[in-house]
Amino acid sequence: MEWETVIGLEIHAQLATRSKIFSGAPTAYGAEPNTQACAVDLGLPGVLPVLNREAVRMAVKFGLAIGAEISPVSVFARKNYFYPDLPKGYQISQYDLPVVARGQLGINVDGKELTIGVTRAHLEEDAGKSLHEDFHGYSGIDLNRAGTPLLEIVSEPDLRSAKEAVAYMKKLHALVRYLEICDGNMQEGSFRCDANVSIRPKGQEKFGTRAEIKNLNSFRFVEKAINYEIERQIEILESGGQVIQETRLYDSVKDETRSMRSKEEANDYRYFPDPDLLPLEISNGFIEEVKATLPELPDAKRDRFKDQYGLSDYDAEVLTATREVADYFESVVKDSGCDPKLCANWVMGELAAALNKAGLEIEQSPVKPDRLAGLILRISDKTISGNTAKPVFASMWESNDDADTIIEKQDLKQITDTGAIEAIIDEIIAANPEQLAQYRSGKDKLFGFFVGQAMKATQGKANPAQLNELLKQKLQ
Amino acid sequence: MHHKTIAELATGLERKEFSSLELTRACLERITRLDTRLNCFVTVTEETALAQAQAADERIARGAASALTGVPIAQKDIFCTKGVRTSCGSRMLDNFISPYDASVVERFNAAGAVMLGKLNMDEFAMGSSNETSFYGPVKNPWNTSTVPGGSSGGSAASIAARLTPGATGTDTGGSIRQPAAFCGITGIKPTYGRVSRWGMIAFASSLDQAGPMARTAEDCAIMLQAMAGFDERDSTCVDRPVPDYRAALGNSLEGLRIGLPTEFFGEGLDPAIASLIQDAVDEYKRLGATVKEISLPNMHLSAPAYYVVAPAECSSNLARFDGVRFGHRCENPADLADLYTRSRGEGFGAEVKRRILIGTYALSAGYYDAYYLKAQKIRRLISEDFRRAFEEVDVIMGPTAPSVAFEFGAKSADPIAMYLSDIYTIAVNLAGLPGMSVPVGFSNGLPVGMQIIGSYFSEDRLLNVAHRYQQATDWHTRAPAGIAD
Repeated sequence: MEWETVIGLEIHAQLATRSKIFSGAPTAYGAEPNTQACAVDLGLPGVLPVLNREAVRMAVKFGLAIGAEISPVSVFARKNYFYPDLPKGYQISQYDLPVVARGQLGINVDGKELTIGVTRAHLEEDAGKSLHEDFHGYSGIDLNRAGTPLLEIVSEPDLRSAKEAVAYMKKLHALVRYLEICDGNMQEGSFRCDANVSIRPKGQEKFGTRAEIKNLNSFRFVEKAINYEIERQIEILESGGQVIQETRLYDSVKDETRSMRSKEEANDYRYFPDPDLLPLEISNGFIEEVKATLPELPDAKRDRFKDQYGLSDYDAEVLTATREVADYFESVVKDSGCDPKLCANWVMGELAAALNKAGLEIEQSPVKPDRLAGLILRISDKTISGNTAKPVFASMWESNDDADTIIEKQDLKQITDTGAIEAIIDEIIAANPEQLAQYRSGKDKLFGFFVGQAMKATQGKANPAQLNELLKQKLQ
Repeated sequence: MHHKTIAELATGLERKEFSSLELTRACLERITRLDTRLNCFVTVTEETALAQAQAADERIARGAASALTGVPIAQKDIFCTKGVRTSCGSRMLDNFISPYDASVVERFNAAGAVMLGKLNMDEFAMGSSNETSFYGPVKNPWNTSTVPGGSSGGSAASIAARLTPGATGTDTGGSIRQPAAFCGITGIKPTYGRVSRWGMIAFASSLDQAGPMARTAEDCAIMLQAMAGFDERDSTCVDRPVPDYRAALGNSLEGLRIGLPTEFFGEGLDPAIASLIQDAVDEYKRLGATVKEISLPNMHLSAPAYYVVAPAECSSNLARFDGVRFGHRCENPADLADLYTRSRGEGFGAEVKRRILIGTYALSAGYYDAYYLKAQKIRRLISEDFRRAFEEVDVIMGPTAPSVAFEFGAKSADPIAMYLSDIYTIAVNLAGLPGMSVPVGFSNGLPVGMQIIGSYFSEDRLLNVAHRYQQATDWHTRAPAGIAD
């Protein structure tokens, strides 16, 4: 039987506010345990939550960016369950009235444009962390993270493969960073994902029974976990079994999903409106105010890159994948004044390879846009050839020198003086009479031999176009 | 000195007839001597009280005194007090020293009031007789074999016994008004949102409201002046100017329209109480008021709605008491489930457990619509009843409680009977309105209270109405013999 996969993602994006969603404690990551938790975060008797306006602004910003409805009235609800890192015994979240509803996100998979529905996005507080090591049989609780604002973004079950799921997640990841509402740091848990996965016979309308996979904190794990889960479900159904509705945990070490709890064991969260918080009312004025702060969004930027710089779909897509890459590229074009395609090739080629090798993000690159622009300018004005530029770039990576200094120091300036190149060619022809004879008798391949000899003699500095031209003349 | 009201004490302090230190020492002496019989105080903060009194005397000498500077008061043990045990009447918090002050406590401190200590109460404010306190029941100074009412029983009894001239209370379903009635004192539950709930340990967040308790309406006005006002730490606190309550006290009652709801005078009301309320209403007629019978048709739904909403919120509010971060933790927990079940099992008393169970049930999947949602709809109906009534009348009057103070144990085995002692007060909380109780006489030697209910933010009117009555009568000046002579 042919199976169709149905996937919906719930993504938790940690909002980049300075203070927590319901208290004034700071949200910075990595502090000593329990040093960034105030009385409210600790859930002390008598404390009360006060909503962080900035978190609302960010949620609205996100809603506007995905063309969603911003609810004029939304409600905070309590999700009740006991866990040691949940200080109040309930999480303040939004339930039946979320702040953002019915948006959509376009993705491109294998050249196909797909529109993925976003059911809702709601504000909630994060829990703390349980630490199970070094406590002599006890568990430690760190409440620094408790109360950190999260935007939970829930997709429609519109995704049909792990590949689509990853594309959607990447798109969302880029978007929240474009909007500067989330730092997107997946290692630190700022952007994490749960996946609802089910399969059904192709053509069937009714959804199959789904499993929810938790703990997916990288794009790679999302892909692997979903693919594992699809295989598992197919195996069950094809051997006559039934998939049970449950929560499963992805184990990245063993590359498998394991049952965490079944539907029967699931908590009854006893949601009810939080009486400590009034309904959240968002005025049109506030929405307009936020709208005015929206940056150019990834899709618009991609289209502009194609128009303005004459880039291909692929190049425009890659260069707008993150705001940082796009900004870097545009700086290089502006600073060098050179052909955008040449700039694009360098940003996507040499620079991307070097960053990848060093494990750096583009904003951490030791070669800043102005220095790369300086190099590209020298390629463009033929001071050096593209091949020579590669070692120059390598030297720039290792030092703080600009391209001109390196070209000067290493004497890499291209030889463009016709007389000088002719003299070298004459010498080579004179020294290789045998090859000359063979070439003239029709062995065209030997042209490359003469180019190689000439480059060797000039340490690669001869202008390649000129050299080719002059060689052709002389060899006739 | 202990017979003086807050207003009189403030005058005496200002005129230097006595110092705050002398006054505070006198109160502390009475507490030491008499409270072993009454059990009003969970904690007496003698040392800090004397230090505060000293500071108050200096402030008075500087000429920088407010109406409460140097006046001793006591806090219900539901308000967090920095560095002082804040027990909420529960074993769960017997070891809890609060690291911060409640908003109400801050405001009294800023006014220069002296805190004598923390007052006994029903556990987590859940009770109408003070019998659910971990620290044992408070005794009613008028008859120590009867209850003082609850949950602010320690507050009411300590004022009646003249251990303190004023105290704070909280009222979720009648917890200021009912004990005020049982102990023959005056108390006001303000409009929901008038006084900040920051630092007040939550029972049912949408109903809880702090208010003053004292012997007179004038004293309540002085205290409320200090307590009321916006606090950005409480999102449900209303940003609205606070009127000068004392300035309004003397207003004439000529033309005041009083409504008497039929539903408040039906079955279940002690006829002696009904007759005393009628006497008080007659007094108001003499003061120029007109009286009209009105109806609050959904009144009979208030108890069922209240006993869904309040336990539902309590079940969630009390989840934080889990033995993990503060409060009672069981000995040697075997695992997490054991830590939770034993810490909570040992830390909470029977009534608290009952309400957590009721509330958990009411919020459960499949029952939410039938209970919680329906109860919220009833709340709106009840608010609507009051809104209509206040189109016709200025204040509503009726009994505060259906009976006078009852004997210890009389209702503790029957939760429903106990719940019905709040039958006249809970609708006011469901609607979020202000309500007051003033002493209007005695039945079998025990005080009877009359409830006065007003429209939203009409505390100034209520205090005025109560004050004029107290100018014309002397019920509020009566003191329990043998204890407060």
